[in-house]
Parts: sequence; structure tokens; C-alpha cells
Amino acid sequence: MAAGVAAWLPFARAAAIGWMPVANLPMPVAPSNKNKRQDELIILNVSGRRFQTWRNTLDRYPDTLLGSSEKEFFFNEETREYFFDRDPDVFRSILNFYRTGKLHYPRYECISAYDEELAFFGIIPEIISDCCYEEYKDRKRENTERLMDDLEDNKDSKLPNMTFRETMWRAFENPHTSTMALVFYYVTGFFIALSVITNVVETVPCGYMPNQRDVPCGERYTEAFFCMDTACVMIFTVEYLMRLFAAPSRYRFMRSVMSIIDVVAILPYYIGLVMTNNEDVSGAFVTLRVFRVFRIFKFSRHSQGLRILGYTLKSCASELGFLLFSLTMAIIIFATVMFYAEKGSSSSKFTSIPASFWYTIVTMTTLGYGDMVPKTIAGKIFGSICSLSGVLVIALPVPVIVSNFSRIYHQNQRADKRKAQKVQKARLARMRISKSGSSTAFLHSKRNGLNQSLELTLPYYKMKLSPQGSLEEDQQLKKTTSLLESQHHHLLHCLEKTTNHEFVDERLYEQGYLQTALQNFPSQSPSLSSEEGITGTCCSRRPKKNIQPLNATHTHSHTHNLQELSALHIQCGEQQPLNTSRSSLNLMSDESGSLNCKSSGLVTTAIISIPTPPSNNSRASPDAPSPPNPEAPPLLNPSSTDVVKISAL
Amino acid sequence: MSSCRKRCKREILKFAQYLFRVITGTLNPDSIEDELELSAVRHRPEALEQLEAQTRFSRKELQILYRGFKNECPSGVVNEDTFKEIYAQFFPQGDASTYAHFLFNAFDTDHNGSVSFEDFVMGLSILLRGSVQEKLNWAFNLYDINKDGYITKEEMLDIIKSIYDMMGKCTYPILKEETPRQHVEIFFQKMDKNRDGVVTIDEFIDCCQNDENIMRSMQLFENVI
Repeated sequence: MAAGVAAWLPFARAAAIGWMPVANLPMPVAPSNKNKRQDELIILNVSGRRFQTWRNTLDRYPDTLLGSSEKEFFFNEETREYFFDRDPDVFRSILNFYRTGKLHYPRYECISAYDEELAFFGIIPEIISDCCYEEYKDRKRENTERLMDDLEDNKDSKLPNMTFRETMWRAFENPHTSTMALVFYYVTGFFIALSVITNVVETVPCGYMPNQRDVPCGERYTEAFFCMDTACVMIFTVEYLMRLFAAPSRYRFMRSVMSIIDVVAILPYYIGLVMTNNEDVSGAFVTLRVFRVFRIFKFSRHSQGLRILGYTLKSCASELGFLLFSLTMAIIIFATVMFYAEKGSSSSKFTSIPASFWYTIVTMTTLGYGDMVPKTIAGKIFGSICSLSGVLVIALPVPVIVSNFSRIYHQNQRADKRKAQKVQKARLARMRISKSGSSTAFLHSKRNGLNQSLELTLPYYKMKLSPQGSLEEDQQLKKTTSLLESQHHHLLHCLEKTTNHEFVDERLYEQGYLQTALQNFPSQSPSLSSEEGITGTCCSRRPKKNIQPLNATHTHSHTHNLQELSALHIQCGEQQPLNTSRSSLNLMSDESGSLNCKSSGLVTTAIISIPTPPSNNSRASPDAPSPPNPEAPPLLNPSSTDVVKISAL
Repeated sequence: MSSCRKRCKREILKFAQYLFRVITGTLNPDSIEDELELSAVRHRPEALEQLEAQTRFSRKELQILYRGFKNECPSGVVNEDTFKEIYAQFFPQGDASTYAHFLFNAFDTDHNGSVSFEDFVMGLSILLRGSVQEKLNWAFNLYDINKDGYITKEEMLDIIKSIYDMMGKCTYPILKEETPRQHVEIFFQKMDKNRDGVVTIDEFIDCCQNDENIMRSMQLFENVI
């Protein structure tokens, strides 16, 4: 429950008077607050700076240092104040958390100092409020990266007992480790450059042959170029195989981008070797040679900047996609408009809309080749609008990409994004847990039978019902829940009584939902229900206890008593309104309540179940006063025998 | 019809103004006015002595109440949304907004759309320190949604549905559609003595005073502050 709202609990409880005339059941007893102290000021002396606050303010968060009895360890008898030898500046934020319920992270504060203080005072950082949470996470990430970078710098020292394979891999990844690696690094770099230059020079026209045409150098000096190509491919193949051998995870290596580039770079050569000199395939073979240019991408192993450019483009995929999409939209629009504008003029180059695409693209990127030019006035007007808008559309996403590049250049993006996803999920999960803490706390305390002893009426039965151990348990549990919590639980309990339904958690709810879907038989035991209602209401010791005497099958929470193949039991049993007032109304409410009761005739699917231990049954009958309905006892027996029922799947 | 035309005219005027502002490049002034309006709603309660005289709380109790009130609503008044939010925090499993709406109307005695500290404290004074008659009166006022002096079945159905809404989905046994209606039937059986389909204040108070359970539960929250 949020802090400030605790102050409104009296209001919520007072408003519960609105339910009273509507409720049909008596209400539970309110928790007594005889130990409620008058609110007092306490002094917190943090390294000389005195903070003062109400004791109630600190009690709002009982699981922190200041809210629990842990602070008594810091109590100074002579000065009657709590002394903490910590940073007073950070303590300001922490105390404000108690006051306002929101934890803020001051920007000027060092992240590790802040973390330490939070840990000291028992506050989890996940509850930093949204206004400061991003800043906190960014600073924390930077800090951890810095620590990791420091660690990595020390990693270069050679570990003893590295296998040959590991040494090779380290040499490949980090050329500065040994001279051999450095030599290898430069040699491969040289050959990449050589191969690329060869490809380029191959196509340069190289002098005249006797028959009039210019021939490119590749055709003139075929063998020379072939030898050069072979040498480069040899080197690249050897390098690839060595990397493959040395890789710690060969599968992962083969999937990585760099290895794909390597493969694509050397494949055309081998395909060319294998291919014969057929006329029809040689055309395709020539196209394959284009892929040789991919060797230039091998340089990205040698250049950090190139890698970062690649990451940038990958991370800006959405912006690039948007750019592409908006451009496409604009191109189509303007091409259509230009086509129809220029349709009238004769000798127009705008023969079709796809033909106008070229004009639109050239105009929007402000290239303006001039091969297609509008001639009509309308065409010229639209053409000018097209070129103006082109500038805008292209200029917009570019700064985003630029800023992205600089951002990536300063931080490592990949691993952090993955880590942030996990942390965000964990944070939300933790916050959800603490928020739902109040409802689960209520269910938890119910299950512990705390509320059983808080019945307003029938103290006689209360004494008979509660077995010996429960009283001590109750007292123990009373101690652990604070007054605020017990008052809140009392409020929720009153609501249960008013509506005659009880809160359950998701698991049990789903199970009950499943069973209502299977219900087919009408209720047979309104009387039993009423008898049951007197023995113990819905808030009995264990959640499904009241139904056990009736049908003697357990829910899956008590499966240790059954051997079952599936968990589809239908429970009968219904907490009945505990009406001790006018009789006619009593019967009516029983009837209405029994409509919710599932059948006592069971429909199960392939269940072999053992009847319940007789203790539960015996509890029900002797404790009940004279049942209002005389047919109560006989109905017990059929229900217990109904348990053993095996039906076909 | 004329109101429709007036509205149209107003909208057209606003649009023309907007166009003008777009062209001349001054598009901001609206937001500032809105903000001024919002911050103007502040409220300072009457003096402590007056409240002490009007309610049955002691000075210290009023101090504690005001501190809690002001903490959650620094502006001094609660509007309906804040009220719903605060009330919903106590019932995490269900939806408390409808019942909070009815409560809000019951506390907002002068029907000005906001609950000031005086309204709050008056209401609490009745609920916690009032006589049984006053409490029952207050409850009747809560149930009588349109404040006409009669509780009809529809009004009661709304109230009871809102109470059941607070339970949420995960209940045992599963909440059925007809449960609220049945509950209303039970209520009317009990309260509507002359079977005329509505419950008047006298029938209500009469019947409640004869019902032990209700009487006992009315005393439940005596010592809440």
C-alpha cells in the first residue's frame, strides 16, 4: 500500500459503513489498537545534520532499516536520538522517500555512493520513480562498463596452459598479442588490398590489339591475373580454414557475418574452377565475379570504424525503414501527378508512371540529371513542389542516423540492450510483486487462519472449532502484521462478508472456473451447506476445508491425500450466509446461495481417488447444532461414497 | 438546434483563429491559459476552532486528519479522479471506481465536483462519531443515487454491483451474473415493508434498527481514528 494512502485508511474504513445495511453476514471484529501510541517526533542525526520526522512516517515502510526495529541499534541513549554515521546529502533523498513515497536520484550524486546508501538503508533501487529511473539506469550501465573495460585490459596477459587452438584464436582476434599475429594481420590486409586492386585494374583498357577494339587488361594478361587471383584465394582459404579450426564454437563462427563475407569472397573462384567453358553458364559465371568485390568487406576486421558503421546501420534500421517508406510514398505520389500532368504534352518522356519514378527520384534527391524534364506548366509546378519536398523528406531522418552513430561510437550497444531488457522485466516484476503485496498478504493471512478467530457471533463454536494449536499461532501472527495491515485486512474481510464471496488467488480461481465449466448436476445439498455454514465459514483454516466434509474430495492443494490422474474434481460446498435472523429469509438466502454450489455427484475423468480421512467428516457432524434440515446426515454418506468413481476418459 | 448552431459558430471561430495563428507563427498561448486555470483551484480550510465546533473530533484528531489529507492532495481539494485513485489502492484485486463514485457524491454535499477538507471531515464525523440514526441517514443518502428520498431497485442494483466489482474476478465461489440481483431481492425483502417497490428513509431506518447484525456492525468503526 502506498505511503500517503495509509493516512486515508481511516476514511476507507469509515466508508465501509455504507456496506453494512446491505450485508447479510455479521462482520468480523475490528483489530484493537490499544497499543497505538500518540504520534511522536523522532530525531535522526546523520553525521551531525539533524532530521526530524514523525514516527508514523517511518513506519510506512516496515521492511527498511528506518521502518523496522533495526534502527534501535543506532539509538543513542544520552541524546535520545538515532545517530547514523552516513552521508547527510544522500540521506535527504532517502527521507523524502518516506515522506512522499517516491524515491528520487539526484544527478550530482555518484552512482556507487548512492547505491551503497540505498543498500545500507534497505531500500531496493527498483522503486526509484520514473522521473529519475532512466538517469539512474544509464549511469549504472556506464559504471559497469567502465569496470568491465578495466577488467578487459588485464585480460591480455597470457594465461598458462592455453591450448594451441586457444592461442591461435586469441591471435586472430587480437593481433597485438604476438608478433606472429601481427605479421599475419598485415599480410592478410595486404592481400585483401591486392585482390581488390586486381579486380579494378582487370577492367581498365590496356592498349591496342591488332583488331581495332580496346581490350581490358584482364583479357590481355589473362595468365598473370589468373595467377594473382589464385594466390589471393589461396591465402584467403587458408586463413578461413585456420579461423574455422581455432574457433571455440565452430557453429557460431560459421554463422557470424565475417565468416559469411569470407566465404562469399572466395566462392566465385572455386565455382569458376569447377565450371567448364560452356557458353550458357559463362554468363552466370561473369555475374558471380561481381561478388569478388565483397573482399573489400574483409577490411572490417581491420577497421573498428567500419564495424561501428555497420552496427549503426543495423540499429537505425527503423529510421532507415521510415526513410525508405516515406520516400516510396512520396515517389509514387509525385510520379503519378507528373505523369498525368505531362500526359497532354506531345513528345513527353513521361510514358508511364514507372517511367516517371526515375524522374521523381532524380528530382527529390536534387540530382537533376535533366534527361527527363517536364514541359507543361502544370508539370513544372508539380516538379518544383517535388524537388522542394524531396529536400525535406531526405533531410529529416539523417540527423537521427548521425546521432545514433555517435551514440554507438561512445557506448557498446548490443550487449547492453539485451541486458536492459532483462533488467526492465525484472524491475517490473519486482514492482508488481510489491504492489500486489497487499492482496497477497491478505490471502496469506487468511490462509493462516488469522481471521478465523475474528468472528463476531457464535463464540461458543469458535472455541470448539479452533484446535489447540491455533490460539498460539494466532497470537504469533498478530504480532507480525502491523496495525495498519491488520486494519486493512479487516476492511477486506468486511467486504467479503458483505458480498458473501471470498478473495482467492489466481490459481484457485482458475481451478474453480474450470470446475464450473464441467458442472452439470443440480445441487443436492442445500441443507448440508447450511449446516456447514454454521461450523465454519469461508474463511476457515485452510481455504477449501469447509467443503471437505461434504464431498470428501480435495482440491489440488491437498493432493497428497489422493492418488489422482487428473485434477478435475467438482467441489460441492458453499459458504452459506450465516443468517441468525428471521427464518423465512434464512431459507431464501440458502436457496440463492446453493445455486452456486456444485454438485455432490461427481463427474470426474479417470480419477482414482481415495476417500478422505474420516477426521474431517467427524468434525462436521458433532460440531453442528441441530441442523435445520433433518436430512443432513444421510447426505453425508452418499457424498463420501461418491468419491470412488472411475469414469471413462 | 440553436445550441448546435452556436457550437458550430464557436468551433468555426476557433478554427479560423487557429489558422491565423499557424500562418503568423504564434501557436502557443492556449496552454498557458489552461495552466493558470488549473493552478487557481486551491483551497484553504476553515480555522481549526471552527471545525472543532462543527464536528465531533478533537483538535489533535483534526490535525492528524488534515496532515494525511493534505499529503495526498496538496491543493486542498479532492476531485473525483484522485478520490477514485486513492480508494482503489485499498482494493487491489477489484475495480473500486464505481463505488468510489457513489462515495464521492455522498461526501460532496454541496455538489460542486470536489471534496474539500470540510466536506471530508463532516462526513467522517457522522460516520465515526455520529449517532446510529445519523449513520443510517448517511447510508440512505449514499444508496439514494438521485437523492429523491426513495431507493429504487435499480439504484440498489447499481450500488450492489459496484460493491461486487470491488471483489474483482478471483473470488470463491465464482461471481455469477445474477448474484447482485439476488442480493438486491434479499435487501428489498428485508427493507420494503409495504411492498411498493421502493424503500423510504423511514422503512430503512426502522428495519435497520430492528436488525441485530446491522446494529452491531454500525458500531464497528467507532475507534478508527
